[in-house]
Amino acid sequence: MAKIKITATVIEQKMIAQDIYDMTLAAKEIAVQAKPGQFVDLYCADGSKLLPRPISLCEIDKKAGTLRLVYRIAGAGTSEFSKLRTGQTIDVLGPLGNGFTMRDKRAILIGGGIGIPPMLQLAKSLDCEKSIVLGYRDEAFLADEFAAYGDVYMSSDSGVIGTKGTVMDAIRACSITGDVIYACGPTPMLRAIQSYALANGIEAQLSLEERMACGVGACLACVCKSKEPDEHSKVHNKRICKDGPVFFAEEVEL
Amino acid sequence: MNLSVNIAGVTLKNPITVASGTFGSGMEYDEFVDLNKLGAVTTKGVANVPWPGNPTPRIAETYGGMMNAIGLQNPGIDTFVARDLPFLQQKDTKIIVNVCGKTTEDYVAVVERLADEQVDLLEINVSCPNVKEGGIAFGQNPNALYDITKAIKAKAKQPIIMKLSPNVTDITEMARAAEAAGADALSLINTLTGMKIDVKRRCFAVANKTAGVSGPAIKPIAVRMVYQVANAVKLPLIGMGGCMSAEDALEFIMAGAKAVAVGTANFHNPYATIEIIDGITQYMKENNIDDINTLIGCVK
Repeated sequence: MAKIKITATVIEQKMIAQDIYDMTLAAKEIAVQAKPGQFVDLYCADGSKLLPRPISLCEIDKKAGTLRLVYRIAGAGTSEFSKLRTGQTIDVLGPLGNGFTMRDKRAILIGGGIGIPPMLQLAKSLDCEKSIVLGYRDEAFLADEFAAYGDVYMSSDSGVIGTKGTVMDAIRACSITGDVIYACGPTPMLRAIQSYALANGIEAQLSLEERMACGVGACLACVCKSKEPDEHSKVHNKRICKDGPVFFAEEVEL
Repeated sequence: MNLSVNIAGVTLKNPITVASGTFGSGMEYDEFVDLNKLGAVTTKGVANVPWPGNPTPRIAETYGGMMNAIGLQNPGIDTFVARDLPFLQQKDTKIIVNVCGKTTEDYVAVVERLADEQVDLLEINVSCPNVKEGGIAFGQNPNALYDITKAIKAKAKQPIIMKLSPNVTDITEMARAAEAAGADALSLINTLTGMKIDVKRRCFAVANKTAGVSGPAIKPIAVRMVYQVANAVKLPLIGMGGCMSAEDALEFIMAGAKAVAVGTANFHNPYATIEIIDGITQYMKENNIDDINTLIGCVK
């Protein structure tokens, strides 16, 4: 088993919220190996955009051999992906990154914005008591799909959904407790979760993001500051694409 | 059919290597590419001590290319010799170690450390645009380039390839200076210094402000410079700069390069090197060419 680049066929794609797209790909060779928290690189058909776009795995169906990707249009590349229709193809490299370390402990799953999708496969895979906290700007997506896997709490910037404020505001307002935190979202959110987890002695696994080129640990573009010397260069620069994207709270400086 | 080429007394089984910094020391690409099939592996730049590199973001995409300012993050020569070299030495390919430094003494220290190692060629990076000291400072002035080439050549046990910067008015002036100082080969081009501004955030797209542009967008410049240098010096050349396909590699060869390094293409397609080698073989078959060497510099 190893990372592989394949040409995948689009099974279906739809818009599920403003600029948020939900695409399912037939990608058996990748799906059978993939774990929650890993990602794939998607390649543009147009060679003028030559770097792959890293996209998290929202659902992995090993039996059907499919990957579900939920992503936001952030620029020309993701805009190109959003126009793909059933039967069209796209080049995909994966599975990439380390993924979450699944614990058999009371879990708090926290997703912020486009950090929400990878929490869905994690919620499905974890066999334990789960509190799921979802943070939005002002429009919800995927929220109903989480209900089957745990107690769902929400927050939004405007207050139109759930607690007004951040995911941390929702955690405090709803007195949510757990023994391990899994989180993916914008850096300010991860920073707040990191300090909360460290202050309360709770294990937290944080999924980070950075601009990437190779996706496999060679180019050293997507590094983050780490407490311990990294395995590659021994200079406290862990590679998000290979050593991550998931890091323990005490491992990284955000 | 002969695909092998000779660079300063070292025979590469085919003319394809990788551009320094795009392929690590080969380990990360080992699961995509049979490294035994490459003419050579060129490593990421290695200094006498570990370098932390630049702040992030370190890269940005540009139209038909990308820009990077990694800042030569590397583990230093000790880790490199203990971990990366033994990995590469198991492979049936030639090893080109890219050497970087802040001062002449730094470069010399790395070169001396490698003297007794099984390394085929040394590529001296005097053209990195993304570090404050060393790098390009040695590669933009013919006198400075002459002096450092001479100092390194005096200590090097392996043939040295001086890697030239395109960020000069006349690259042939640099090529001649390196040749006069005793360089065994030249590689060109390193990246072109560029800048990108993120208008949404009103800031530089790359934290280092400037960054080196690579990829197919710069290929015509690279081919032109290889042609110019091939006509200015007698040294063997390794051409690079936006080589994405066999056709691109053949352009470099016909312009005068004996070998071609594949760089940014690895990010677009991890199998790029192998596909390019296969494509060159296919071209030779279709055109009844028995020896790749007959194509080198064939366009005058």
